[in-house]
Amino acid sequence: MLPRTMSRWSPETRERARRILARYPEKRSAVMPLLYLAAAEDGHLTPEGMEEVARWVGLTPAQVQSVASFYTMYKRERTGRYLVSCCTSISCMLLGADEVLAAVEDEAGVPAGETDDEGVITVEHVECIGACGGAPALQVNYELVEGVTPDTARELIRWLRSASPEAVHTDEMQELFGTRRSFDWAVPERVGAVGPFPAFEPYGTTDGNP
Amino acid sequence: MTDQLRVITRRMVEHPADSHTLARYEATGGYRQARRSLDMSRDELVELVKESGLLGRGGAAFPAGLKWSFLAPARPAYLVVNADESEPGTFKDRQLLERDPHQLVEGMIIAAVANEVHHAFVYVRGEYPKPARRLQRAVDEAYTAGYLGEGIFGSDYDLEVTVHLGAGAYICGEETALINSLEGRRGEPRLKPPYFPAAKGLYMMPTIVNNVETVSNLPHILEMGPEAYKALGHEADTGSFLFSVSGHVNRPGNYELPHGLTWRELIYEVAGGIRGGNELKTWIPGGASAPWFVPSDHLDLPITKDATAKAGSMLGSGAVVVMDDTTCVVRAAERIVRFFAHESCGQCTPCREGTTWLEMILRRIESGAGREVDVDLLLEVGGNISVGLAWPPRMTTICPLGPSAVSPIISITKYFKDEVLAHIHGNGCPLRGAQR
Repeated sequence: MLPRTMSRWSPETRERARRILARYPEKRSAVMPLLYLAAAEDGHLTPEGMEEVARWVGLTPAQVQSVASFYTMYKRERTGRYLVSCCTSISCMLLGADEVLAAVEDEAGVPAGETDDEGVITVEHVECIGACGGAPALQVNYELVEGVTPDTARELIRWLRSASPEAVHTDEMQELFGTRRSFDWAVPERVGAVGPFPAFEPYGTTDGNP
Repeated sequence: MTDQLRVITRRMVEHPADSHTLARYEATGGYRQARRSLDMSRDELVELVKESGLLGRGGAAFPAGLKWSFLAPARPAYLVVNADESEPGTFKDRQLLERDPHQLVEGMIIAAVANEVHHAFVYVRGEYPKPARRLQRAVDEAYTAGYLGEGIFGSDYDLEVTVHLGAGAYICGEETALINSLEGRRGEPRLKPPYFPAAKGLYMMPTIVNNVETVSNLPHILEMGPEAYKALGHEADTGSFLFSVSGHVNRPGNYELPHGLTWRELIYEVAGGIRGGNELKTWIPGGASAPWFVPSDHLDLPITKDATAKAGSMLGSGAVVVMDDTTCVVRAAERIVRFFAHESCGQCTPCREGTTWLEMILRRIESGAGREVDVDLLLEVGGNISVGLAWPPRMTTICPLGPSAVSPIISITKYFKDEVLAHIHGNGCPLRGAQR
């Protein structure tokens, strides 16, 4: 295991990394969750973060980079505080996703793929996010909002800027800016995402405690 | 006939406030079948699932019991639940994960016992953080209750479950790509043979990969018995089936139904017909990979695996994407082809290069810069990915992703050639202005 002095990670992050490794029969399998940890630690996936992951799983940094670059959700450049991902796949497109994306780009002041000057909003268009029954849909830091319109999407961007929420919650945003849902969401929950990585915590526990 | 079935969606409909909790799951009979499975032999369980006729719900509709029976004798064996739902139009597994995760956990215990598995994984797509959180909480609850971990239900059977998050790659829904991804590699499909998961899967050991909906059916098959389960369905298509209906219908959503009703019933009765009283133009019967259907030929066909295959398409993951008469088919095809071009893993040249070519040609036609030869060019490039444009595809690639991109090409040149040519002759979309 990694000598503590060599690690750039906080003791809490190192403890989480140990718990993640314990959930897999072979440590290479921990690459993906550890990449999310590295992204959370630095705000996005940095070369240093990937080197750290490589040491934990016994791969070379190049091997880790080759894995990270395969997947769209490992952001290797700094994004805004809020990553706004607009689905423009078939079902969303049929119900106006291109117009929603155009409204988001206009309100954010940047085209898809870019971040505003203040570093608050990054816009991207993404392929199907499994919200086809509530199309068109978008995600903020991977938290979902279904049934948006160009107008409510603009409101959402303005809200992110003015309210500047510490964490974004899918149920809260759906309540404020969404309409039709793919299915009944039933009871709301208050787990939020704080960066451009999925709010899925704790990773790989067995007792409900992080 | 068009009434919904309530099997895998019963609990979430009857108990919306807490269908995802262990307390509600057990109060409604949950985990009894998992306990029962511990007293059954592998042969008994495999036979039971074979008798039920359960077909895999991930898209390929492979008989689940038969898949289990292929498991090679080497141990350890692994179970991987495929929750990488990413086929455009599909959103059923998301509902099962969010609203009834214990049903999946119980199904996993049964599948694990049947296949002598002591470590199971659920691969959830990265864009599904809420479903993953709900599932992880259910797994945590099951561990705390002693239903997972060492000596489950007080027996001497150990079972670990790890929830694994993907990171944005459609191709990881292909089972061998999923296995590579779960091993911490790029999600590139493996060649079959030799890498059939049942023989050489995760860590080169025998592995069963089953879809969320498939596994969620298992507790019900044990509870009601294979005969009653079969009777729920329609002939060879046993049990219930979750249809995800989206697009220009009045009531999009997930519908749990038997097979055998007609497309007319599904679109006009179940899903409430076409928005604004518009005309139905075309629909995709089984996800973005499937060739399209049209009202003149297919509206009164029964929705069965066989009838759909005979008509040149598939039910796939159950995703029905409905398009009305305001839809530009070139734009719709471009959007689907773009998806596959974006999601191609890049290993096989026909797919990597071909999907990009198809996307560029469609874009040219859509923009009004298309040439007469572009229609032939679409078919030629398509033919290089999927030989003879046959259905089912004759593949030139390791996995079916490339040939899937050819489905919309086949569809628009077969049913809407005039509209494609009108784009070319009229310098752009003839429907411009009609679109909403």
